[in-house]
Amino acid sequence: MADLAEAGRPPIRAARLRLSAALWRRPWLKASLLLAPPVIAFAVIYLGSLAALFISAFWQVDSFTGKVVHTWTFDNFKTLWEDHTYWRIAGRTIGMAAAVTVTDAVLAFPLAYFMARVAPSRTRAAIFVLVLLPLWSSYLVRIYSWRTILAKNGALNWVLNGLGLPDANIAYTNWAMWIVFSYVWLPFMILPVYAALERIPQNYIEASGDLGARGWRTFRSVILPLALPGIVAGSIFTFSLTLGDFITPALVGGAGSSFIGNVVEEQIGINGNLPFAAAFATVPVVVMAVYLVIAKRLGAFEAL
Amino acid sequence: MSRGGRIALGAWAVLVLAFLWIPLLIIMAYAFNDSTIQTWPISGWTLHWFKEAWNDHEVRQSLWLSVKVGLIATGAALVLGSGAALAIARFRFFGRESISFLLLLPLALPGIITGMALNSFYVFGGISLSIWTIVIGHATFCVVVVYNNVLARLRRTSPSLIEASMDLGADGWQTFRFVTWPVLSTALVAGGLLAFALSFDEVIVTTFTAGAQTTLPIFILDNIQRGQQLPIVNAVVFVVIVLTVIPVIISQRLTHESGLLSSR
Repeated sequence: MADLAEAGRPPIRAARLRLSAALWRRPWLKASLLLAPPVIAFAVIYLGSLAALFISAFWQVDSFTGKVVHTWTFDNFKTLWEDHTYWRIAGRTIGMAAAVTVTDAVLAFPLAYFMARVAPSRTRAAIFVLVLLPLWSSYLVRIYSWRTILAKNGALNWVLNGLGLPDANIAYTNWAMWIVFSYVWLPFMILPVYAALERIPQNYIEASGDLGARGWRTFRSVILPLALPGIVAGSIFTFSLTLGDFITPALVGGAGSSFIGNVVEEQIGINGNLPFAAAFATVPVVVMAVYLVIAKRLGAFEAL
Repeated sequence: MSRGGRIALGAWAVLVLAFLWIPLLIIMAYAFNDSTIQTWPISGWTLHWFKEAWNDHEVRQSLWLSVKVGLIATGAALVLGSGAALAIARFRFFGRESISFLLLLPLALPGIITGMALNSFYVFGGISLSIWTIVIGHATFCVVVVYNNVLARLRRTSPSLIEASMDLGADGWQTFRFVTWPVLSTALVAGGLLAFALSFDEVIVTTFTAGAQTTLPIFILDNIQRGQQLPIVNAVVFVVIVLTVIPVIISQRLTHESGLLSSR
Protein backbone atom coordinates (compact mmCIF):
# COMPACT_ATOMS: atom_id res chain seq x y z
CA MET A 1 0.00 0.00 0.00
CA ALA A 2 3.03 2.24 -0.40
CA ASP A 3 1.27 4.07 -3.18
CA LEU A 4 -1.28 5.52 -0.82
CA ALA A 5 1.52 7.82 0.32
CA GLU A 6 1.09 9.50 -3.02
CA ALA A 7 -2.06 11.05 -1.68
CA GLY A 8 0.36 13.83 -0.75
CA ARG A 9 0.36 14.78 -4.44
CA PRO A 10 -3.33 15.41 -4.91
CA PRO A 11 -3.52 16.70 -8.50
CA ILE A 12 -1.80 13.66 -10.02
CA ARG A 13 -3.67 11.26 -7.82
CA ALA A 14 -6.97 12.91 -8.64
CA ALA A 15 -6.21 12.73 -12.35
CA ARG A 16 -5.35 9.07 -12.08
CA LEU A 17 -8.54 8.34 -10.18
CA ARG A 18 -10.56 10.23 -12.76
CA LEU A 19 -8.89 8.26 -15.53
CA SER A 20 -9.55 4.96 -13.75
CA ALA A 21 -13.16 5.88 -13.16
CA ALA A 22 -13.57 6.90 -16.78
CA LEU A 23 -12.17 3.58 -17.94
CA TRP A 24 -14.29 1.71 -15.42
CA ARG A 25 -17.45 3.39 -16.70
CA ARG A 26 -16.51 2.54 -20.29
CA PRO A 27 -15.56 -1.14 -20.24
CA TRP A 28 -15.72 -1.24 -24.04
CA LEU A 29 -12.90 1.29 -24.20
CA LYS A 30 -10.70 -0.80 -21.90
CA ALA A 31 -11.55 -3.97 -23.78
CA SER A 32 -10.74 -2.31 -27.11
CA LEU A 33 -7.42 -1.00 -25.82
CA LEU A 34 -6.46 -4.50 -24.68
CA LEU A 35 -7.74 -6.28 -27.75
CA ALA A 36 -6.81 -3.92 -30.54
CA PRO A 37 -3.09 -4.79 -30.83
CA PRO A 38 -3.44 -8.61 -30.89
CA VAL A 39 -6.58 -8.61 -32.99
CA ILE A 40 -5.26 -6.14 -35.53
CA ALA A 41 -1.96 -8.01 -35.74
CA PHE A 42 -3.74 -11.31 -36.22
CA ALA A 43 -6.38 -10.03 -38.58
CA VAL A 44 -3.89 -8.23 -40.82
CA ILE A 45 -0.93 -10.57 -40.76
CA TYR A 46 -2.42 -14.00 -40.09
CA LEU A 47 -5.79 -13.79 -41.80
CA GLY A 48 -4.26 -11.61 -44.51
CA SER A 49 -1.66 -14.31 -45.10
CA LEU A 50 -4.25 -17.07 -45.24
CA ALA A 51 -6.24 -15.01 -47.73
CA ALA A 52 -3.13 -14.36 -49.83
CA LEU A 53 -2.42 -18.07 -49.82
CA PHE A 54 -5.93 -18.97 -50.85
CA ILE A 55 -6.05 -16.41 -53.64
CA SER A 56 -2.69 -17.43 -55.03
CA ALA A 57 -4.00 -20.96 -55.50
CA PHE A 58 -6.00 -19.56 -58.43
CA TRP A 59 -2.98 -17.94 -60.08
CA GLN A 60 -0.13 -19.56 -61.92
CA VAL A 61 3.53 -19.30 -62.70
CA ASP A 62 4.70 -18.22 -66.12
CA SER A 63 6.79 -21.13 -67.35
CA PHE A 64 9.30 -18.85 -69.13
CA THR A 65 9.89 -16.09 -66.61
CA GLY A 66 9.11 -18.10 -63.46
CA LYS A 67 7.07 -15.15 -62.19
CA VAL A 68 3.61 -15.46 -60.65
CA VAL A 69 0.97 -14.35 -63.16
CA HIS A 70 -2.18 -12.80 -61.70
CA THR A 71 -4.72 -14.32 -64.05
CA TRP A 72 -7.53 -16.35 -62.54
CA THR A 73 -7.42 -20.01 -63.41
CA PHE A 74 -8.41 -23.41 -62.08
CA ASP A 75 -5.42 -25.05 -63.78
CA ASN A 76 -3.65 -25.91 -60.53
CA PHE A 77 -6.69 -27.73 -59.22
CA LYS A 78 -7.18 -29.42 -62.59
CA THR A 79 -3.61 -30.74 -62.55
CA LEU A 80 -4.06 -32.01 -59.01
CA TRP A 81 -7.36 -33.66 -59.88
CA GLU A 82 -6.10 -35.37 -63.01
CA ASP A 83 -2.71 -36.60 -61.83
CA HIS A 84 -3.00 -39.83 -59.87
CA THR A 85 0.30 -39.19 -58.12
CA TYR A 86 -1.28 -36.37 -56.14
CA TRP A 87 -4.24 -38.51 -55.21
CA ARG A 88 -1.85 -41.15 -53.89
CA ILE A 89 0.13 -38.58 -51.92
CA ALA A 90 -2.99 -37.05 -50.41
CA GLY A 91 -4.33 -40.51 -49.59
CA ARG A 92 -1.04 -41.50 -47.96
CA THR A 93 -0.98 -38.32 -45.88
CA ILE A 94 -4.58 -38.57 -44.68
CA GLY A 95 -4.33 -42.33 -44.11
CA MET A 96 -1.17 -41.91 -42.06
CA ALA A 97 -2.81 -39.13 -40.02
CA ALA A 98 -5.72 -41.44 -39.25
CA ALA A 99 -3.49 -44.43 -38.40
CA VAL A 100 -1.32 -42.30 -36.11
CA THR A 101 -4.37 -40.85 -34.37
CA VAL A 102 -5.79 -44.30 -33.64
CA THR A 103 -2.41 -45.64 -32.49
CA ASP A 104 -1.89 -42.70 -30.15
CA ALA A 105 -5.39 -43.02 -28.70
CA VAL A 106 -4.75 -46.71 -27.97
CA LEU A 107 -1.34 -46.04 -26.42
CA ALA A 108 -2.49 -42.99 -24.46
CA PHE A 109 -5.78 -44.11 -22.96
CA PRO A 110 -4.53 -46.72 -20.45
CA LEU A 111 -1.68 -44.45 -19.36
CA ALA A 112 -4.04 -41.50 -18.94
CA TYR A 113 -6.45 -43.72 -17.03
CA PHE A 114 -3.64 -44.91 -14.76
CA MET A 115 -2.59 -41.28 -14.12
CA ALA A 116 -6.08 -39.99 -13.46
CA ARG A 117 -7.69 -42.77 -11.46
CA VAL A 118 -5.12 -45.26 -10.17
CA ALA A 119 -1.77 -43.63 -9.42
CA PRO A 120 -1.19 -41.89 -6.07
CA SER A 121 -0.82 -38.12 -6.42
CA ARG A 122 2.99 -38.05 -6.24
CA THR A 123 3.32 -40.66 -8.99
CA ARG A 124 0.75 -38.77 -11.01
CA ALA A 125 2.71 -35.53 -10.76
CA ALA A 126 5.90 -37.33 -11.80
CA ILE A 127 4.25 -38.96 -14.83
CA PHE A 128 2.75 -35.59 -15.78
CA VAL A 129 6.22 -34.05 -16.00
CA LEU A 130 7.58 -37.11 -17.82
CA VAL A 131 4.88 -36.65 -20.49
CA LEU A 132 5.21 -32.89 -20.60
CA LEU A 133 8.97 -32.76 -21.23
CA PRO A 134 8.95 -34.76 -24.47
CA LEU A 135 5.98 -32.70 -25.65
CA TRP A 136 7.93 -29.47 -25.37
CA SER A 137 11.34 -30.81 -26.33
CA SER A 138 12.40 -30.38 -29.93
CA TYR A 139 10.40 -32.54 -32.26
CA LEU A 140 13.13 -32.37 -34.89
CA VAL A 141 15.53 -33.89 -32.38
CA ARG A 142 13.08 -36.67 -31.56
CA ILE A 143 12.67 -37.57 -35.24
CA TYR A 144 16.44 -37.52 -35.65
CA SER A 145 16.75 -39.87 -32.69
CA TRP A 146 14.58 -42.47 -34.45
CA ARG A 147 16.65 -42.09 -37.58
CA THR A 148 19.66 -43.31 -35.61
CA ILE A 149 17.68 -46.01 -33.76
CA LEU A 150 16.24 -47.53 -36.94
CA ALA A 151 19.51 -47.32 -38.90
CA LYS A 152 21.29 -50.53 -39.89
CA ASN A 153 23.77 -50.26 -37.00
CA GLY A 154 21.25 -48.65 -34.69
CA ALA A 155 19.86 -49.53 -31.29
CA LEU A 156 16.82 -51.43 -32.61
CA ASN A 157 18.83 -54.02 -34.52
CA TRP A 158 21.26 -54.28 -31.60
CA VAL A 159 18.37 -55.25 -29.30
CA LEU A 160 16.88 -57.64 -31.88
CA ASN A 161 20.23 -59.34 -32.51
CA GLY A 162 20.76 -59.62 -28.78
CA LEU A 163 17.47 -61.52 -28.60
CA GLY A 164 18.63 -63.77 -31.43
CA LEU A 165 16.30 -62.17 -33.98
CA PRO A 166 17.26 -60.97 -37.47
CA ASP A 167 17.59 -57.27 -38.42
CA ALA A 168 14.38 -55.32 -38.85
CA ASN A 169 14.85 -53.42 -42.07
CA ILE A 170 12.20 -50.80 -41.49
CA ALA A 171 14.35 -47.69 -41.83
CA TYR A 172 13.06 -45.39 -44.59
CA THR A 173 9.68 -47.10 -44.96
CA ASN A 174 6.07 -46.21 -44.20
CA TRP A 175 6.39 -48.35 -41.07
CA ALA A 176 9.18 -46.12 -39.85
CA MET A 177 7.02 -43.04 -40.47
CA TRP A 178 4.12 -44.63 -38.61
CA ILE A 179 6.30 -45.33 -35.54
CA VAL A 180 7.93 -41.91 -35.57
CA PHE A 181 4.69 -39.96 -36.03
CA SER A 182 3.00 -41.96 -33.28
CA TYR A 183 6.01 -41.28 -31.09
CA VAL A 184 6.32 -37.54 -31.60
CA TRP A 185 2.63 -36.70 -31.19
CA LEU A 186 1.83 -39.13 -28.36
CA PRO A 187 2.06 -36.56 -25.51
CA PHE A 188 -0.47 -34.37 -27.35
CA MET A 189 -2.96 -37.21 -26.97
CA ILE A 190 -2.11 -38.20 -23.39
CA LEU A 191 -2.69 -34.79 -21.80
CA PRO A 192 -6.25 -34.04 -22.99
CA VAL A 193 -7.38 -37.63 -22.35
CA TYR A 194 -5.92 -37.39 -18.86
CA ALA A 195 -7.67 -34.06 -18.26
CA ALA A 196 -11.01 -35.52 -19.39
CA LEU A 197 -10.66 -38.66 -17.26
CA GLU A 198 -9.60 -36.69 -14.21
CA ARG A 199 -12.76 -34.60 -14.39
CA ILE A 200 -15.12 -37.59 -14.09
CA PRO A 201 -16.54 -37.46 -10.56
CA GLN A 202 -15.89 -40.62 -8.55
CA ASN A 203 -19.54 -40.87 -7.52
CA TYR A 204 -20.62 -41.34 -11.17
CA ILE A 205 -18.66 -44.57 -11.15
CA GLU A 206 -20.05 -45.55 -7.77
CA ALA A 207 -23.58 -44.78 -8.98
CA SER A 208 -23.02 -46.97 -12.02
CA GLY A 209 -21.89 -49.79 -9.71
CA ASP A 210 -24.89 -49.25 -7.44
CA LEU A 211 -27.17 -49.57 -10.44
CA GLY A 212 -25.70 -53.00 -11.05
CA ALA A 213 -23.16 -52.31 -13.79
CA ARG A 214 -20.02 -54.43 -13.75
CA GLY A 215 -16.58 -53.00 -14.52
CA TRP A 216 -16.78 -53.33 -18.30
CA ARG A 217 -20.30 -51.94 -18.49
CA THR A 218 -19.32 -48.93 -16.38
CA PHE A 219 -16.33 -48.37 -18.61
CA ARG A 220 -18.36 -48.52 -21.81
CA SER A 221 -21.41 -46.56 -20.65
CA VAL A 222 -19.93 -44.02 -18.23
CA ILE A 223 -16.18 -43.57 -18.54
CA LEU A 224 -15.72 -43.82 -22.30
CA PRO A 225 -18.49 -41.36 -23.26
CA LEU A 226 -17.16 -38.83 -20.74
CA ALA A 227 -13.57 -39.32 -21.95
CA LEU A 228 -14.51 -39.01 -25.62
CA PRO A 229 -14.22 -35.19 -25.81
CA GLY A 230 -10.68 -35.53 -24.48
CA ILE A 231 -9.77 -38.16 -27.06
CA VAL A 232 -11.20 -35.99 -29.83
CA ALA A 233 -9.33 -32.95 -28.50
CA GLY A 234 -6.09 -34.93 -28.58
CA SER A 235 -6.87 -36.23 -32.04
CA ILE A 236 -7.09 -32.66 -33.34
CA PHE A 237 -3.39 -32.33 -32.57
CA THR A 238 -2.25 -35.76 -33.76
CA PHE A 239 -4.29 -35.51 -36.95
CA SER A 240 -3.44 -31.91 -37.81
CA LEU A 241 0.24 -32.20 -36.97
CA THR A 242 0.66 -35.34 -39.09
CA LEU A 243 -1.31 -33.81 -41.94
CA GLY A 244 0.99 -30.81 -42.21
CA ASP A 245 4.35 -32.45 -41.57
CA PHE A 246 7.16 -32.78 -44.06
CA ILE A 247 10.16 -33.30 -41.79
CA THR A 248 9.32 -36.87 -40.76
CA PRO A 249 8.87 -38.12 -44.35
CA ALA A 250 12.07 -36.32 -45.32
CA LEU A 251 14.12 -37.81 -42.47
CA VAL A 252 12.75 -41.32 -41.92
CA GLY A 253 10.51 -41.96 -44.94
CA GLY A 254 11.98 -43.63 -48.00
CA ALA A 255 11.73 -42.94 -51.69
CA GLY A 256 8.09 -42.63 -52.68
CA SER A 257 6.86 -41.74 -49.21
CA SER A 258 6.20 -38.06 -49.90
CA PHE A 259 3.47 -36.27 -48.02
CA ILE A 260 1.43 -33.28 -49.11
CA GLY A 261 3.89 -31.20 -47.11
CA ASN A 262 6.89 -32.49 -49.07
CA VAL A 263 5.30 -31.62 -52.41
CA VAL A 264 4.33 -28.19 -51.11
CA GLU A 265 7.80 -27.52 -49.73
CA GLU A 266 9.47 -28.61 -52.96
CA GLN A 267 7.14 -26.51 -55.08
CA ILE A 268 7.95 -23.41 -53.04
CA GLY A 269 11.59 -24.02 -52.19
CA ILE A 270 12.88 -25.54 -55.42
CA ASN A 271 10.40 -24.75 -58.21
CA GLY A 272 9.20 -21.42 -56.86
CA ASN A 273 5.66 -22.44 -57.81
CA LEU A 274 3.70 -20.88 -54.94
CA PRO A 275 0.30 -21.07 -56.72
CA PHE A 276 0.51 -24.83 -57.21
CA ALA A 277 1.73 -25.37 -53.64
CA ALA A 278 -1.13 -23.22 -52.37
CA ALA A 279 -3.64 -25.23 -54.35
CA PHE A 280 -2.37 -28.50 -52.89
CA ALA A 281 -2.29 -26.98 -49.40
CA THR A 282 -6.04 -26.41 -49.57
CA VAL A 283 -6.43 -30.19 -49.14
CA PRO A 284 -5.21 -30.34 -45.50
CA VAL A 285 -7.02 -27.08 -44.73
CA VAL A 286 -10.34 -28.44 -45.97
CA VAL A 287 -9.78 -31.76 -44.20
CA MET A 288 -8.95 -29.92 -40.96
CA ALA A 289 -11.98 -27.63 -41.33
CA VAL A 290 -14.28 -30.65 -41.62
CA TYR A 291 -12.47 -32.31 -38.74
CA LEU A 292 -12.82 -29.25 -36.50
CA VAL A 293 -16.56 -28.98 -37.22
CA ILE A 294 -17.05 -32.63 -36.22
CA ALA A 295 -14.79 -32.16 -33.17
CA LYS A 296 -16.85 -29.17 -32.04
CA ARG A 297 -20.02 -31.25 -32.28
CA LEU A 298 -18.41 -33.91 -30.09
CA GLY A 299 -17.59 -31.33 -27.44
CA ALA A 300 -13.84 -31.41 -27.95
CA PHE A 301 -13.44 -27.63 -27.64
CA GLU A 302 -14.67 -27.67 -24.07
CA ALA A 303 -12.07 -30.36 -23.36
CA LEU A 304 -9.20 -28.28 -24.75
CA MET B 1 -10.74 -51.98 -9.91
CA SER B 2 -9.17 -55.40 -9.46
CA ARG B 3 -5.56 -55.79 -8.37
CA GLY B 4 -4.66 -57.47 -11.63
CA GLY B 5 -6.20 -54.59 -13.58
CA ARG B 6 -4.20 -52.02 -11.64
CA ILE B 7 -0.97 -53.90 -12.22
CA ALA B 8 -1.69 -54.25 -15.94
CA LEU B 9 -2.40 -50.51 -16.22
CA GLY B 10 0.76 -49.71 -14.28
CA ALA B 11 2.81 -51.95 -16.57
CA TRP B 12 1.28 -50.27 -19.62
CA ALA B 13 2.15 -46.86 -18.17
CA VAL B 14 5.76 -47.90 -17.63
CA LEU B 15 6.05 -49.21 -21.19
CA VAL B 16 4.59 -46.06 -22.74
CA LEU B 17 6.86 -43.84 -20.65
CA ALA B 18 9.84 -45.96 -21.71
CA PHE B 19 8.75 -45.52 -25.32
CA LEU B 20 8.67 -41.74 -24.77
CA TRP B 21 12.03 -41.50 -23.04
CA ILE B 22 14.40 -44.12 -24.46
CA PRO B 23 14.84 -42.35 -27.83
CA LEU B 24 15.58 -39.06 -26.04
CA LEU B 25 18.17 -40.72 -23.83
CA ILE B 26 19.78 -42.49 -26.79
CA ILE B 27 20.19 -39.30 -28.79
CA MET B 28 21.60 -37.52 -25.75
CA ALA B 29 24.13 -40.34 -25.30
CA TYR B 30 25.36 -39.88 -28.88
CA ALA B 31 26.63 -36.42 -27.95
CA PHE B 32 29.41 -38.16 -25.97
CA ASN B 33 30.28 -40.64 -28.72
CA ASP B 34 34.01 -40.53 -29.48
CA SER B 35 33.61 -42.16 -32.89
CA THR B 36 32.52 -40.16 -35.92
CA ILE B 37 30.39 -43.10 -37.05
CA GLN B 38 27.01 -43.48 -35.38
CA THR B 39 26.61 -47.06 -34.28
CA TRP B 40 24.97 -48.59 -31.23
CA PRO B 41 26.24 -49.44 -28.66
CA ILE B 42 28.58 -46.49 -28.27
CA SER B 43 32.18 -47.70 -28.12
CA GLY B 44 33.94 -44.83 -26.36
CA TRP B 45 33.08 -41.61 -24.59
CA THR B 46 34.34 -38.04 -25.01
CA LEU B 47 33.44 -34.40 -24.35
CA HIS B 48 35.42 -33.33 -27.39
CA TRP B 49 32.42 -32.52 -29.62
CA PHE B 50 31.03 -29.92 -27.24
CA LYS B 51 34.25 -27.92 -27.57
CA GLU B 52 34.21 -28.44 -31.31
CA ALA B 53 30.58 -27.26 -31.53
CA TRP B 54 31.25 -24.24 -29.34
CA ASN B 55 34.13 -23.16 -31.58
CA ASP B 56 32.14 -23.71 -34.77
CA HIS B 57 31.38 -20.41 -36.46
CA GLU B 58 28.14 -21.62 -38.07
CA VAL B 59 26.84 -23.09 -34.81
CA ARG B 60 27.49 -19.86 -32.97
CA GLN B 61 25.83 -17.74 -35.60
CA SER B 62 22.72 -19.88 -35.79
CA LEU B 63 22.52 -20.13 -31.99
CA TRP B 64 22.67 -16.36 -31.71
CA LEU B 65 19.97 -15.93 -34.35
CA SER B 66 17.71 -18.45 -32.59
CA VAL B 67 18.17 -16.72 -29.24
CA LYS B 68 17.42 -13.30 -30.73
CA VAL B 69 14.33 -14.56 -32.56
CA GLY B 70 13.12 -16.40 -29.45
CA LEU B 71 13.50 -13.38 -27.19
CA ILE B 72 11.80 -10.92 -29.53
CA ALA B 73 8.97 -13.30 -30.42
CA THR B 74 8.42 -14.07 -26.73
CA GLY B 75 8.34 -10.37 -25.87
CA ALA B 76 5.76 -9.69 -28.56
CA ALA B 77 3.74 -12.73 -27.47
CA LEU B 78 3.70 -11.55 -23.84
CA VAL B 79 2.27 -8.15 -24.77
CA LEU B 80 -0.25 -9.37 -27.33
CA GLY B 81 -1.23 -12.61 -25.62
CA SER B 82 -1.83 -11.20 -22.16
CA GLY B 83 -3.80 -8.25 -23.56
CA ALA B 84 -6.06 -10.58 -25.48
CA ALA B 85 -6.48 -12.91 -22.48
CA LEU B 86 -7.42 -10.01 -20.16
CA ALA B 87 -10.03 -8.76 -22.61
CA ILE B 88 -11.48 -12.21 -23.32
CA ALA B 89 -11.64 -13.17 -19.63
CA ARG B 90 -13.00 -9.89 -18.23
CA PHE B 91 -15.41 -8.65 -20.86
CA ARG B 92 -18.42 -9.97 -22.73
CA PHE B 93 -18.81 -8.53 -26.20
CA PHE B 94 -19.91 -9.33 -29.72
CA GLY B 95 -17.38 -11.44 -31.60
CA ARG B 96 -15.69 -12.69 -28.43
CA GLU B 97 -15.98 -16.32 -29.47
CA SER B 98 -14.63 -15.63 -32.96
CA ILE B 99 -11.64 -13.77 -31.55
CA SER B 100 -10.73 -16.59 -29.20
CA PHE B 101 -11.08 -19.03 -32.10
CA LEU B 102 -8.91 -16.80 -34.30
CA LEU B 103 -6.15 -16.76 -31.69
CA LEU B 104 -6.18 -20.57 -31.43
CA LEU B 105 -6.06 -21.04 -35.20
CA PRO B 106 -2.24 -21.14 -35.54
CA LEU B 107 -2.28 -24.09 -33.13
CA ALA B 108 -5.12 -25.96 -34.86
CA LEU B 109 -3.91 -25.49 -38.44
CA PRO B 110 -0.82 -27.43 -39.54
CA GLY B 111 2.37 -25.38 -39.18
CA ILE B 112 3.06 -25.70 -42.88
CA ILE B 113 -0.11 -23.69 -43.63
CA THR B 114 1.00 -20.88 -41.32
CA GLY B 115 4.45 -20.97 -42.89
CA MET B 116 3.21 -20.95 -46.48
CA ALA B 117 0.60 -18.30 -45.76
CA LEU B 118 3.19 -15.96 -44.26
CA ASN B 119 5.53 -16.73 -47.12
CA SER B 120 2.92 -15.72 -49.70
CA PHE B 121 2.08 -12.63 -47.63
CA TYR B 122 5.74 -11.59 -47.75
CA VAL B 123 6.03 -12.34 -51.46
CA PHE B 124 2.93 -10.31 -52.33
CA GLY B 125 3.83 -7.53 -49.95
CA GLY B 126 7.32 -7.35 -51.45
CA ILE B 127 8.79 -7.85 -47.97
CA SER B 128 12.24 -9.39 -48.15
CA LEU B 129 12.99 -12.16 -45.69
CA SER B 130 14.89 -11.06 -42.58
CA ILE B 131 15.05 -11.78 -38.87
CA TRP B 132 11.74 -9.90 -38.56
CA THR B 133 9.90 -12.22 -40.93
CA ILE B 134 11.02 -15.16 -38.74
CA VAL B 135 9.96 -13.28 -35.61
CA ILE B 136 6.47 -12.64 -37.01
CA GLY B 137 6.13 -16.33 -37.89
CA HIS B 138 7.14 -17.43 -34.42
CA ALA B 139 5.05 -14.78 -32.68
CA THR B 140 1.84 -16.15 -34.24
CA PHE B 141 2.07 -19.40 -32.29
CA CYS B 142 3.88 -17.96 -29.24
CA VAL B 143 0.91 -15.61 -28.69
CA VAL B 144 -1.35 -18.65 -28.34
CA VAL B 145 0.82 -20.15 -25.60
CA VAL B 146 0.92 -16.97 -23.51
CA TYR B 147 -2.78 -16.37 -24.14
CA ASN B 148 -3.69 -19.86 -22.92
CA ASN B 149 -1.57 -19.61 -19.79
CA VAL B 150 -2.87 -16.19 -18.80
CA LEU B 151 -6.46 -17.08 -19.64
CA ALA B 152 -6.30 -20.23 -17.48
CA ARG B 153 -4.98 -18.15 -14.57
CA LEU B 154 -7.65 -15.45 -14.96
CA ARG B 155 -10.42 -18.04 -15.07
CA ARG B 156 -9.29 -19.29 -11.69
CA THR B 157 -9.20 -15.85 -10.05
CA SER B 158 -12.31 -14.00 -9.10
CA PRO B 159 -13.01 -10.70 -10.87
CA SER B 160 -14.42 -9.41 -7.60
CA LEU B 161 -10.82 -8.94 -6.40
CA ILE B 162 -10.54 -6.02 -8.79
CA GLU B 163 -13.87 -4.57 -7.75
CA ALA B 164 -12.82 -4.86 -4.11
CA SER B 165 -9.60 -3.02 -4.88
CA MET B 166 -11.51 -0.20 -6.60
CA ASP B 167 -14.00 -0.04 -3.71
CA LEU B 168 -11.09 0.44 -1.35
CA GLY B 169 -10.09 3.52 -3.31
CA ALA B 170 -7.29 2.22 -5.49
CA ASP B 171 -6.98 3.71 -8.94
CA GLY B 172 -6.42 1.62 -12.10
CA TRP B 173 -2.63 1.63 -11.82
CA GLN B 174 -2.67 0.61 -8.16
CA THR B 175 -5.16 -2.15 -8.87
CA PHE B 176 -2.94 -3.40 -11.64
CA ARG B 177 0.23 -3.13 -9.53
CA PHE B 178 -1.13 -4.72 -6.32
CA VAL B 179 -3.89 -7.04 -7.52
CA THR B 180 -3.72 -8.01 -11.19
CA TRP B 181 0.07 -8.21 -11.49
CA PRO B 182 0.68 -10.55 -8.50
CA VAL B 183 -2.05 -12.83 -9.82
CA LEU B 184 -0.65 -12.89 -13.34
CA SER B 185 3.11 -12.70 -12.90
CA THR B 186 3.87 -16.41 -12.61
CA ALA B 187 1.48 -17.23 -15.47
CA LEU B 188 3.32 -14.67 -17.60
CA VAL B 189 6.73 -16.07 -16.71
CA ALA B 190 5.52 -19.61 -17.40
CA GLY B 191 3.89 -18.63 -20.69
CA GLY B 192 6.98 -16.69 -21.72
CA LEU B 193 9.29 -19.61 -20.97
CA LEU B 194 7.13 -22.02 -22.94
CA ALA B 195 6.88 -19.57 -25.82
CA PHE B 196 10.67 -19.28 -25.87
CA ALA B 197 11.09 -23.07 -25.77
CA LEU B 198 8.64 -23.39 -28.67
CA SER B 199 10.34 -20.72 -30.74
CA PHE B 200 13.82 -22.01 -29.97
CA ASP B 201 13.26 -25.34 -31.70
CA GLU B 202 10.62 -24.43 -34.30
CA VAL B 203 11.52 -25.60 -37.78
CA ILE B 204 8.45 -25.81 -40.06
CA VAL B 205 7.28 -22.20 -40.03
CA THR B 206 10.92 -21.11 -40.02
CA THR B 207 11.62 -23.03 -43.24
CA PHE B 208 9.20 -20.74 -45.05
CA THR B 209 10.08 -17.46 -43.37
CA ALA B 210 13.87 -17.61 -42.98
CA GLY B 211 15.08 -17.67 -46.58
CA ALA B 212 18.85 -18.06 -46.49
CA GLN B 213 19.17 -17.40 -42.76
CA THR B 214 20.02 -20.32 -40.49
CA THR B 215 18.45 -20.75 -37.08
CA LEU B 216 19.79 -23.51 -34.86
CA PRO B 217 17.04 -26.05 -35.79
CA ILE B 218 17.58 -25.28 -39.50
CA PHE B 219 21.30 -25.88 -39.00
CA ILE B 220 20.51 -29.24 -37.38
CA LEU B 221 18.03 -30.23 -40.10
CA ASP B 222 20.37 -29.29 -42.97
CA ASN B 223 23.22 -31.30 -41.52
CA ILE B 224 21.11 -34.36 -40.71
CA GLN B 225 19.75 -34.40 -44.24
CA ARG B 226 23.20 -34.13 -45.76
CA GLY B 227 24.75 -36.45 -43.16
CA GLN B 228 27.43 -33.84 -42.47
CA GLN B 229 29.19 -32.97 -39.20
CA LEU B 230 26.94 -35.34 -37.28
CA PRO B 231 29.13 -35.41 -34.13
CA ILE B 232 28.82 -31.63 -33.85
CA VAL B 233 25.10 -31.86 -34.53
CA ASN B 234 24.78 -34.41 -31.71
CA ALA B 235 26.46 -32.06 -29.25
CA VAL B 236 24.20 -29.21 -30.38
CA VAL B 237 21.16 -31.48 -30.06
CA PHE B 238 22.14 -32.29 -26.47
CA VAL B 239 22.29 -28.60 -25.64
CA VAL B 240 18.96 -27.94 -27.37
CA ILE B 241 17.27 -30.67 -25.32
CA VAL B 242 18.67 -29.28 -22.07
CA LEU B 243 17.80 -25.70 -23.04
CA THR B 244 14.17 -26.60 -23.72
CA VAL B 245 13.75 -28.90 -20.72
CA ILE B 246 14.80 -26.26 -18.18
CA PRO B 247 12.19 -23.61 -19.06
CA VAL B 248 9.48 -26.26 -19.21
CA ILE B 249 10.32 -27.53 -15.72
CA ILE B 250 10.39 -23.99 -14.31
CA SER B 251 7.09 -23.06 -15.93
CA GLN B 252 5.51 -26.28 -14.71
CA ARG B 253 6.61 -25.48 -11.16
CA LEU B 254 5.06 -22.04 -11.48
CA THR B 255 1.68 -23.05 -12.80
CA HIS B 256 1.17 -26.82 -12.51
CA GLU B 257 -0.33 -26.75 -15.95
CA SER B 258 0.63 -28.20 -19.29
CA GLY B 259 0.80 -24.75 -20.86
CA LEU B 260 -0.77 -26.07 -24.01
CA LEU B 261 -4.22 -26.79 -22.76
CA SER B 262 -5.98 -24.49 -20.37
CA SER B 263 -7.31 -26.70 -17.61
CA ARG B 264 -9.91 -25.23 -15.33
